[in-house]
Amino acid sequence: MEAVTSTRQTTMTRKERTKRFFRKALQNRWLYAMSLPFVVWVFVFSYLPLWGWTMAFQRYRPGRSFFEQEWVGLEHFRALFQDDLFYQVLRNTLVMSLMGLVAGFVVPIFFALMLNEVRQMFYKRFVQTVSYLPHFVSWVVVAGIVTKMLSTDNGAVNDLLMWLGIIDEPIQFMAKGKLFWIIVTLADVWKETGWNAIIYLAAIAGIGPELYEAARVDGANRIQQMWHITLPGIRTTIIILLIMSIGHLISIGFEKQFLLGNNLVREYSQVLDLYALNYGLGMGRFSFGTAINIFNSVVSVILLFTANGIFKRVTKESIM
Amino acid sequence: MRRSSHSTSLSDRLFDVFVYVFVTGVLVITLYPFLNVAAISFNDSVDTVRGGITVYPREFTLKNYEVIFSYEHLGTGFRNSALRTLIGTALGVLSSSMLAYTLSRKDFQGRRFISVFLALTMYVSGGLIPFFLLIRELDLMNTFAVYILPGIVSAFNVFVVRSFIDGLPYALQESAKIDGANDFTIYWRIILPLTKPALATIALFVAVGQWNSWFDTYLFNSQSEHLTTLQYELMKVLQSTQSNVDYRARNMTEVMSQVSPESVKMAITMVVTLPILFVYPFLQRYFVKGMTLGAVKT
Repeated sequence: MEAVTSTRQTTMTRKERTKRFFRKALQNRWLYAMSLPFVVWVFVFSYLPLWGWTMAFQRYRPGRSFFEQEWVGLEHFRALFQDDLFYQVLRNTLVMSLMGLVAGFVVPIFFALMLNEVRQMFYKRFVQTVSYLPHFVSWVVVAGIVTKMLSTDNGAVNDLLMWLGIIDEPIQFMAKGKLFWIIVTLADVWKETGWNAIIYLAAIAGIGPELYEAARVDGANRIQQMWHITLPGIRTTIIILLIMSIGHLISIGFEKQFLLGNNLVREYSQVLDLYALNYGLGMGRFSFGTAINIFNSVVSVILLFTANGIFKRVTKESIM
Repeated sequence: MRRSSHSTSLSDRLFDVFVYVFVTGVLVITLYPFLNVAAISFNDSVDTVRGGITVYPREFTLKNYEVIFSYEHLGTGFRNSALRTLIGTALGVLSSSMLAYTLSRKDFQGRRFISVFLALTMYVSGGLIPFFLLIRELDLMNTFAVYILPGIVSAFNVFVVRSFIDGLPYALQESAKIDGANDFTIYWRIILPLTKPALATIALFVAVGQWNSWFDTYLFNSQSEHLTTLQYELMKVLQSTQSNVDYRARNMTEVMSQVSPESVKMAITMVVTLPILFVYPFLQRYFVKGMTLGAVKT
């Protein structure tokens, strides 16, 4: 008897819950109307491509339906790991990412610290405004500018080095494979330093002035104040941004390598995305290219979690 | 005692000198290339070859610009770039503000699901090739729509606007509700006008992204001359002296052989860059705020 009542009660509540759900949904109808179309949108353009990952395990032929494809297991991944080019490309990707990470991380912090010490407000604001400019300019333009500045005929860098007497004849910067990594990193620093400093400057602005006053009373000079107050004050911001950039470490994109690279430096300029573009898409090997994309994504996620885990243990701070 | 305070001020003064030298160095390194490009674009192309142009034109001329403006693809590219920037920005602002508003409503059932659904897209992406095949399946190759449709919703922008809305007093929405306003009216009459600073920020992000993209033209629309974009045209011209020579690009450089390719490149670079130069300083106070909001929430 008791059992019967209790089951009836649960069915009642379930029915009621469904009813309440729909009543609530009716109340929310405008909110649904304003959000669901975009959710469908995101599904199509961000989630459907994930379904395309199945291709990496097939011998994909365009024009056939999903069920007519031939499944080949891990064959493409095996081919990938046996390709010598893959290791060269992976090396390029990792080295350029790491260099970009370190430089793109240290320089903006240093720039923010320095800019913070400028006392004339007008000059400070002017420098800051100018420093954003390259961020808003496309990589196409930046690549053009870098190529121009480094060119052998009348490039500013060669002209300067010659004028200083450091070199006797112009260096062909863009044709030297070993310099390519440095050029890409410096181009990135030139483009993004001002932009990346925004967050640090905002964090610095949030530090209470009474801390500086106390330090001054204790006789700390400005370098000491910077080291003991400003830097610890933006520590959390630094850590969060570091973890985020480690997560994006391997997905550095390919625009700069595509635009700055040329056949002479190919051994140093080709990165994973370009490899997928040239050897997957360019040759119609869709499955192989997808395997490269998957490798890329999986490594990114692993890096993100590892970085987060390490920092959680070391500093007890986390972004997830 | 006195001596120690004196020595501190000396080290502070040295520090000051270092700070100003460093900051001014950054200023020069950032500005010089742009000024150099501008100077060359306004300089007579024969004279440019002699070298030594720094930040002002030695023999002023508008010839370089006359030549590039006579090239029809540049006009087409300008029109397409402007169009995609306008439409893309309008739709981007609409989608971000609507989604952000619904996600900020605590009484919205789908709130949690949609938040996670969006946030995931920031960390996982299908990659280039599945995306390429999707675009092909959807018949978006060689269409203008491919510039607009894939980028309408950006999770990052949604979260920037949402954290801005979260900072507004919730009572505003509640009192409007009591007055009988429906959820859309609240969005249109209350939220939209109040979120203008955040919307200005993401409008800038989207507009710059649209104006600057060239890869979608390269990947999806390189067969359709009438769909070319300004960045893509510049990309072809810049790459034309390098090894991977595109037929049309070489052709264009030949057409322009009346002035040196160098001058042409610099003039096009100026045309591509100037619109941004005019817009971004005025939106500065907005995007500084927007960047900070985004960093806090994501």
